[in-house]
Amino acid sequence: MKAMFFPGCSMQRNARAYLDSLQAIRADIGLDLTEIEDWNCCGATEYLSVHRIAAHALVGRNLALARAQAGDTDVLTAGCSACYLNLAKTDAQMREDARLRATVDDALAAGGLAYRAGSLKVRHLLDVVCHDIGYERVKASVTRPLHGLRVAAYYGCQVVRPDYDRRWDSSELPTAMDRLMRALGAEPVDWALKTQCCGGHMTVIGPEVAFGLIRRLVRGALDAGADLVATLCPMCQLNLDAYQVEMNRHYRSDYHLPVLYFTQLMGLAFGRSPGELGIGREFVDAMPALARIQAEPPQVAEARRKRRPRPGDALPMPRRE
Amino acid sequence: MPTAIPTPSARRDGFLAEVMAATPGDHRLDQCIQCGSCGGSCPSGAEMEHTPRRLFALIRAGARATVLRSNAPWYCVSCYYCTVRCPQQIHITDVMYTLKAMAIRAGLFHDTAPAGFSETFVDYVEKYGRSFELGLATRFNLRHHPLALAGMAPLGLGMLRRGRMDLTPHRIAGMAQLSAILERAKALEAAT
Repeated sequence: MKAMFFPGCSMQRNARAYLDSLQAIRADIGLDLTEIEDWNCCGATEYLSVHRIAAHALVGRNLALARAQAGDTDVLTAGCSACYLNLAKTDAQMREDARLRATVDDALAAGGLAYRAGSLKVRHLLDVVCHDIGYERVKASVTRPLHGLRVAAYYGCQVVRPDYDRRWDSSELPTAMDRLMRALGAEPVDWALKTQCCGGHMTVIGPEVAFGLIRRLVRGALDAGADLVATLCPMCQLNLDAYQVEMNRHYRSDYHLPVLYFTQLMGLAFGRSPGELGIGREFVDAMPALARIQAEPPQVAEARRKRRPRPGDALPMPRRE
Repeated sequence: MPTAIPTPSARRDGFLAEVMAATPGDHRLDQCIQCGSCGGSCPSGAEMEHTPRRLFALIRAGARATVLRSNAPWYCVSCYYCTVRCPQQIHITDVMYTLKAMAIRAGLFHDTAPAGFSETFVDYVEKYGRSFELGLATRFNLRHHPLALAGMAPLGLGMLRRGRMDLTPHRIAGMAQLSAILERAKALEAAT
């Protein structure tokens, strides 16, 4: 499977582990990625908040470069949620809004570039891995299954919402990464917070709001019995991992919940070494959790047979006199 | 299907019209039925002076200064829960971006820190074509949270030690091209 690839500023540095692990596994799953040459920052959520329209021209340059360099593929993939959404947003809104399209076209022309809206399919990396490469192909590459590892699959916000092109089964309770974890031999835990906010830029501009959101997620994953969190976004990883330490300091709590990229877990299951996958760059050490991986699938105690309801089991109701 | 709300002429030339014109995409801002699904879905709604529903009512009422001074858009974390839950399919998060940009332009934002963060981020992108985390964190905190800077040191050092932060920014090769594109886009934006 061929695709153009937009790494984005975070993946280049603070999320190096994400990029390293992706590079380590891409041959294993037959993913042929070509990085856009000389791409620029997507603007995150900040450029839009200052220059509302020019932000789309900023993204437009990346779309135009990707299209020109794409050759025989029409897929553009990104690993970062914000990068993915900005590329998808500009493409979708250029399609539905002629005025925006004209403005971006005009601006791009000033740089000698052009982009026809809809001529690329903007996809998140998880979407490509789960829906194009597929669980069976992934399963076939597994040499060291992650038996016994309980994983909270965490999707965050901007990959599954607003989901312009309906790529996911749900915007609130998606299952793609859970199924991917199962394909790796791990056990996805059932938790309700899988698409709740990690705090986004609030860690910088209003840390107390962010700490509340981070604690809710960390506690939620631990309550569901998770050994670690699997993420698909550099910002989610940074907030849940590096800021977990700050959050502990703020609340005088002592949570230790490692947060790894889904590509790192794929690499482990494909038999690659932790070092090659950037494991060790996280603030909350993942090794103790990874030590729980067993050679054999855990013996699951047979589900207890449901007790038939008895007459006295009903909710307490006022007794009839 | 979402209900169609008729648009009286007042909505065509007041503050609502201004916000609508500044928001790209099929945003449907004039279709709000004041149900409150947005505020109820918002992870930082409790911190907001006005929930999105109240903001939209204020926009319709033409309360320009109140809206642009509100802290609400700045507390938006771009999670898009409101957007996907809105029964009228209004692009609520996108409207929040518009309100932030309008507040900066009018000099009406509630607190200088969040706007300062966005502007510092934009400065680095316009200078190098890429974001620069170390510069962004130091410049923003020096200006807006100088006292917190010492407390940030362990995090910063931890990032450096793990090879997760660059000491110098990276400049893209096509900087002149990018500047030309952005300059033209801003000129077009100012003309509307």
